[in-house]
Amino acid sequence: MSLIAEKKSFGAVLWDYLTTVDHKKIAILYLIAGGIFFIIGGIEAMLIRIQLAVPDNDFVAAGLYNQILTMHGTTMIFLAAMPLLFAFMNAVVPLQIGARDVAFPFLNSLGFWMFFFGGIFLNLSWFMGGAPDAGWTSYASLSIASPGHGIDFYALGLQISGGGTLIAGINFLVTIINMRAPGMTYMRMPLFTWSTFVASALVLFAFPPLTVGLFLMIFDRMFSGNFFNHLLGGNTIIWEHLFWIFGHPEVYILALPAFGIFSEIIPTFARKRLFGYSAMVFATVLIGFLGFMVWAHHMFTTGMGATANAIFAVATMAIAVPTGVKIFNWLLTMWGGNVKFTTPMLYALGFIPSFVAGGVTGVMQASAPLDYQLHDTYFIVAHFHYVIIGGVVFGLLAGLHFYWPLMFNTMLNETLGKITFWLFFIGFHATFFIQHFLGLLGMPRRVFTYGADQGWDLFNLISSYGAIFMAVAVVVLVANIIMTIAKNQPVGRDPWEDGRTLEWAIPQPVPFYNFKQTPLVRGLDTYWIEKQEGNKEGMTYAEPVMDIHMPNNSIIPFIMAFGLFVGAFGALFNGEKAWAVPVLILGLLITFISMGARSLKDDLGYHIHKEDLLNDKGGKH
Amino acid sequence: MDLNSKYTPQSWPEHPEQATLEGKNKFVGFWLFLGGETVLFASLFATYLALKNKGPSGMEFTTQGLFELPLVFIMTMLLLTSSLTSVYAMYHMRNYNFKAMQAWLMITVLLGAAFLGFEIYEFNHYVHLGFTYDQSAFSTAFFTLVGTHGLHVLIGLGWIILLMIRNAKRGLNLYNAPKYYVASLYWHFIDVVWVFIFTVVYLMGALE
Amino acid sequence: MIKGIKKWRLFSLLAALTVFLSGCGEEYISTLTPAGQVASDQLDLMYLSTGIMVLVIIVVMIVYILTIVKFRRSKVGENMMPKQVEGSHTLELIWTIIPIVLLLILTVPTVVVTYNLADVSGMDKKDEEGNATAVTVNVKANLYWWEFEYPDLGIVTAQELVVPTDEKVYFNLIAADVKHSFWIPAVGGKLDTNVENVNTFYLEFDKPSNELETGVFYGKCAELCGPSHALMDFKVKSLERTEFNEWVTNMKDSAEAQAPQGDLALQGQEIFATSCIACHAISGEGSTGGVGPNLATFGDRNRVAGYMDYTEDNIKKWINDPEEYKPGNLMPQPEDLNDGKKYTEQELSALAEYLMGLSVEK
Repeated sequence: MSLIAEKKSFGAVLWDYLTTVDHKKIAILYLIAGGIFFIIGGIEAMLIRIQLAVPDNDFVAAGLYNQILTMHGTTMIFLAAMPLLFAFMNAVVPLQIGARDVAFPFLNSLGFWMFFFGGIFLNLSWFMGGAPDAGWTSYASLSIASPGHGIDFYALGLQISGGGTLIAGINFLVTIINMRAPGMTYMRMPLFTWSTFVASALVLFAFPPLTVGLFLMIFDRMFSGNFFNHLLGGNTIIWEHLFWIFGHPEVYILALPAFGIFSEIIPTFARKRLFGYSAMVFATVLIGFLGFMVWAHHMFTTGMGATANAIFAVATMAIAVPTGVKIFNWLLTMWGGNVKFTTPMLYALGFIPSFVAGGVTGVMQASAPLDYQLHDTYFIVAHFHYVIIGGVVFGLLAGLHFYWPLMFNTMLNETLGKITFWLFFIGFHATFFIQHFLGLLGMPRRVFTYGADQGWDLFNLISSYGAIFMAVAVVVLVANIIMTIAKNQPVGRDPWEDGRTLEWAIPQPVPFYNFKQTPLVRGLDTYWIEKQEGNKEGMTYAEPVMDIHMPNNSIIPFIMAFGLFVGAFGALFNGEKAWAVPVLILGLLITFISMGARSLKDDLGYHIHKEDLLNDKGGKH
Repeated sequence: MDLNSKYTPQSWPEHPEQATLEGKNKFVGFWLFLGGETVLFASLFATYLALKNKGPSGMEFTTQGLFELPLVFIMTMLLLTSSLTSVYAMYHMRNYNFKAMQAWLMITVLLGAAFLGFEIYEFNHYVHLGFTYDQSAFSTAFFTLVGTHGLHVLIGLGWIILLMIRNAKRGLNLYNAPKYYVASLYWHFIDVVWVFIFTVVYLMGALE
Repeated sequence: MIKGIKKWRLFSLLAALTVFLSGCGEEYISTLTPAGQVASDQLDLMYLSTGIMVLVIIVVMIVYILTIVKFRRSKVGENMMPKQVEGSHTLELIWTIIPIVLLLILTVPTVVVTYNLADVSGMDKKDEEGNATAVTVNVKANLYWWEFEYPDLGIVTAQELVVPTDEKVYFNLIAADVKHSFWIPAVGGKLDTNVENVNTFYLEFDKPSNELETGVFYGKCAELCGPSHALMDFKVKSLERTEFNEWVTNMKDSAEAQAPQGDLALQGQEIFATSCIACHAISGEGSTGGVGPNLATFGDRNRVAGYMDYTEDNIKKWINDPEEYKPGNLMPQPEDLNDGKKYTEQELSALAEYLMGLSVEK
């Protein structure tokens, strides 16, 4: 078989991506789908800010506003931030640890398609009688009372895409445990791999409670269950607990990989090894662990009693310590370094003060009695946008610029990148800093409008202007991406010149089998070590050129996910339409039969032969 | 990996389920999956405990009045025994004795099916008493917890049967050994969950 | 303990300054202008935590700015190769221990205040005659309106809470339909009204509300509860204890005192009696359980429907099209009560005249 990429028809490319099990292509799929959902969520955010720009506005009606705010939160968390992180994890982690692919390429594809169909299902609600309207937290009493099918779309859509996330999490864990190249000990793993590892463990343990919570909601709404019906003995607080046992770790599922990206970028552009590597690893693990101990701080006003509130308040504050350690280690990495202000580095530098601001307001809210005032106000809105945008979105944008040449062998325009950064950075602070004060002045969150006599007019207007800056920034970014793709100027290996980790040592474009020979890792920052020793190859090899075993492409993951998508419509209309139950069964049959087909056939993959590998350059050096 | 290489009990590796990278990945991945499943059942248990005996005012159903321990005890014995027989099956897999492994798996499946039969009988009995799924929060939580376990048993049965059929002619090799192994892991897990259900739902319910 | 916090106020001067620069908001709704012990305890915690956190931010920013200024490539040179430092245990210990100490400083008052604010033992105190010494209000949150029952006093009102000043007032909170949250920003933090259990807390009102520009404190629903969540406001009147007692007496007598004055009001009473009375009580004496808000104090209200200016025009608009002004609320449209027709202008004037006459304060 030829290893040289040929010009393919559009249909062939499409089929290739529908059936691919290659982590690099799945990364691109995640990037595209996540990017589209990010833009949808962004448009929803703009609608929110337009509505709130002036008091007593009627740009968006009351009920519609609740749908928009719900979909904005749900889309951004589940369909944009997490998939975009998965894009980078898929693109980078196998290369960073010297693996030819992830542990379960088939499941990797299945995970993506489940996320994708779940996301599509959720968004179809807009066209099928209205989107969910109980907030992304979907608290039980309101979500059970919500008329129409919005909440059903929420529960079923998230169930499907959540399943995909769980699969992805397990996949990364096994990949990192089993597939590291020789010499890549745990304490030599790059920080992004470490944070992927911890975040995946969080996915593994945090998503099942959400799964259960969503099932309870599905049973209550569609199959006459009584979990949340207090007249029949049900209890809505169960939902709050299950949701936040998932929801709090979710914050770290998003934040830790972003920290990981910054921990790669800062040493690269400071040309200096990460300060306190072991402390950084320990802090990452500790944050992940503590993330499970603090969920109830989202429920201080639920009425859990003083003792529970006090315990969770103290536990929450504890998380500030390892986070602080990370901040100072990043600063000290730059201290004494040689700092170059590239676009990714600008995001990293913008991240530090922004995230510190988000972190300290988190500590303020951890003080339970103070949180009685702050909870469910714009202060909270400001806080979590500082954490999610200042931490996660900055990380994603930094990663986008940083890893673009790794994924596409071409570089995003640096000037436009910097313009995007400044617009986004200024817009972000203008939008959200002021919202802290709106909260303190008594403005509750999730209000579709507000009266003019309450002293909130000016700050809301400023906030809305800030949002315009962010929107323009995203437009510039999209233009940058389109221009870069049109130009398609190859940049080759190690485009940032100071790459330190294994992924930068691979020739570009990355061969589909990644490593012709498995590398031997001789220390932290493998590539840096090889470069310092003048090794032009960039790698020391652990084995001679041998046959490489590769998995076969498969359309089955796509069909399995599609079956769940079909079945979800059956569940949604259960008890309402005669065809509901047959469709539910049909969908599940599609899924299980294709799963059975997969099991019954021996799928052993294929081998690339040694001779082909030796003939093939596998990209330019 | 070559499916055609023939093994003898001597050349068969000591840990066939982990002899290949794919096998190792399945082994680790499945243990992790069971970790997630544990959290899933923990959440269901917590929900059940919160809603136990909760219903509309004046509800006549309580754990004490409802559960019949002798039946549940028989079910427990069936499932525990099936766990043991699946251990035998794995013992024979390690010794490269395909026929014996299939036979013990067959017994495992029969025991599991018997368990499931009793469970269906039990649920049916409750429904006839008026303790239906939508009767109360208690009934919803009970059927969801125990039913989720029952669904796991059903999936486990389907899985093991499928493995037995598809490999009947192929025999044991390093490609399907890990599959057998994780299926048996799954079966043990189901058994462990049942022990908790037996204790928390039935024993603590009937005796307190 | 509170004295300790006051010292910290000095340190938080900077933070406070930022806040003052932007104004403290309106005193009837801002958490920064506390009008009671609970809110001021919480504000003290905010000053303390802000102070600590500003300290942290300053330290980070100093290191950050120095780093950027000193170690930029344009300054240190293109080819400068930094020393590859592994780390420093001393430094790492320092920035582990100092934050722990800072957090401990915050932890102690946090825990103390958490327990203090949860202390509702005063609720059950009785005097020699067996009467409760403190005022307890049972709050029931309904889809977009609030009911306030005073169980010990045998009265009930809606939308506008009336409380005595300078003493602890206890609240039992529950929701009638979906979860809401009871919040009077200027007086103290919120507590959720759950559907399945009663939550209990107390607030203290230091200031009579007639000293405020608006005459009332603003109360809010702080938990998303449906389309009109944003409009689910209530108002609070705090009265000196003697005035409060007078108000209670008037409330008890309100059934007799509500006789309409004039023909127009009489006509309004007639319409009311055929259409509205099924849901709305007009006597302040009674207990919880109204389908719609109790209207005994309608003439004393600060707002129509909780948020609209109190004008005759707004009352008419509201009655004739509640769905328009509070989407998703449960009040029937006039067509459902009046043989499929809207009320005529004349009927609306009569109803408004009658309703505005329902008063216990005049």
